Amino acid sequence: MPELKGWKELPIGGLIVEPGNAKQYKTGTWRVLRPVYQPENCIHCMQCWLYCPDQAIVVEIVDGKPKMRGYNYYYCKGCGLCANVCPKSTDPKTKQPAPEEKRAIVMRPETDFAEE
Amino acid sequence: MPAKQALTGAEAIAYAMKQINPDVVAAYPITPQTPVVEYFAKYVADGVVDTEMIPVESEHSAMSACVGAAAAGARAFTATAAVGLALMHEIVYIAASLRLPIVMAVANRALSGPINIHCDHSDAMAERDSGWIQLWAENVQEAYDFTVMAYRIGEHPDVRLPVMINFDGFIISHGVEVLETLDDDVVKSFVGKPIKMYSLLDTEHPVTYGPLDLYDYYFEHKRQQIEAMKHVPKVFKQVAEEFEKISGRKYDLVEEYMTDDAEYIMIALGSTAGTIKHTIKELRAEGKKVGLVKPWVFRPFPKFELQRILNGRKGVIVLDRSASFGAEAPLYEAVKSALYEVAVRPQLGSYVYGLGGRDITPAHIRQAFEDAFKGYLIADEERYLGLRE
Repeated sequence: MPELKGWKELPIGGLIVEPGNAKQYKTGTWRVLRPVYQPENCIHCMQCWLYCPDQAIVVEIVDGKPKMRGYNYYYCKGCGLCANVCPKSTDPKTKQPAPEEKRAIVMRPETDFAEE
Repeated sequence: MPAKQALTGAEAIAYAMKQINPDVVAAYPITPQTPVVEYFAKYVADGVVDTEMIPVESEHSAMSACVGAAAAGARAFTATAAVGLALMHEIVYIAASLRLPIVMAVANRALSGPINIHCDHSDAMAERDSGWIQLWAENVQEAYDFTVMAYRIGEHPDVRLPVMINFDGFIISHGVEVLETLDDDVVKSFVGKPIKMYSLLDTEHPVTYGPLDLYDYYFEHKRQQIEAMKHVPKVFKQVAEEFEKISGRKYDLVEEYMTDDAEYIMIALGSTAGTIKHTIKELRAEGKKVGLVKPWVFRPFPKFELQRILNGRKGVIVLDRSASFGAEAPLYEAVKSALYEVAVRPQLGSYVYGLGGRDITPAHIRQAFEDAFKGYLIADEERYLGLRE
């Protein structure tokens, strides 16, 4: 969130005079659950990037191919879609939820990070 | 050359708007406002103005169309009365909040119910906190003059607020009076080109109107509106001074009539001020030191002027043409509040009159003054003129 301005600094009438300023809005403050990236399990399929309703997945192009590089927590609202669509969240044999240590994305309560 | 004409208030306002030649007029008919836009529609039909006239399906739409037009950078005008103004209510607030200098003439009429088409001030008083500048005309001349002045006040960069011109329904709107009108080119150069700010049609500088404004910023935007109102007295006086140069007619936040040595002062809005002036002349002939203060501007409320004028007088009588059920009448409440800090508070009396078009006569006004002469004004007692007990 940009610093809140006083009434003398704001344009009148609630007008937005700077197009595209929604990017300054730190929607990450809405997050209750935080997706935690475990790169050792990631297969870089980009399903998370495809489904993310914001632009919270950080991607790096290496040798012409996209690589998942974690999260932009400034925007990530913690909806959990990425973890839901991630193929590593499911055990391929049992079709049951995979154990946490084998997943690429684990959803953790934001309270676990309260000290950050 | 200024010309003498015999016009109704409605015709006079339409005539001023013809001279101003606004970009957009959106309106819906309602008694007693209808002739304003009816006369104006004739100017449109005759091709003497370039205005886009939008006959809408309701007053809510009329004000909405004006909001859209003004946001686009157009000069927008509408006129209404009573329940029409009430139906607009939501957008009346939005027009002020979006800081759009729309001009609206209100032919003041009693709010329903039971349904009534005649004059009182309940319609405008219901909008007193909407953030509009409220000007109040006593007669056809003032209704015309305020229409000529309105855009200059509302469009000023320090103000950017909509302006409501109140003129008593039927009494002013339909009563024919002789007034002095200005030449078209004089009005044209006085009003000038619209001062545009944040126009939607200025695509080089894109702007968003009306985004969601929650607890993090709404309060700051309201504070800006409060500040804008504080700038109105200065701007009004500047515009009035310039207007005096072209018309010879002098306006201020309030009109003072025979107040210099007055011991007793009556305060009223609108056409009743004329009846009061007549009665004051009679009472002066009898040796009574009486005067009138008529707010030309009711929002922002001319508190400091009233403090200066009323301090130390023997008695102040406030006439209200609307009631506030369960509280003091709106003009009285504001005057009483203004007098809290004056050094020598006068006796104060509240008189409600004229609801639903009930006539007010010199005898009623004299009756209120007589109470004051006897020292029989009670600040916490509301009295009624012309009411059958």
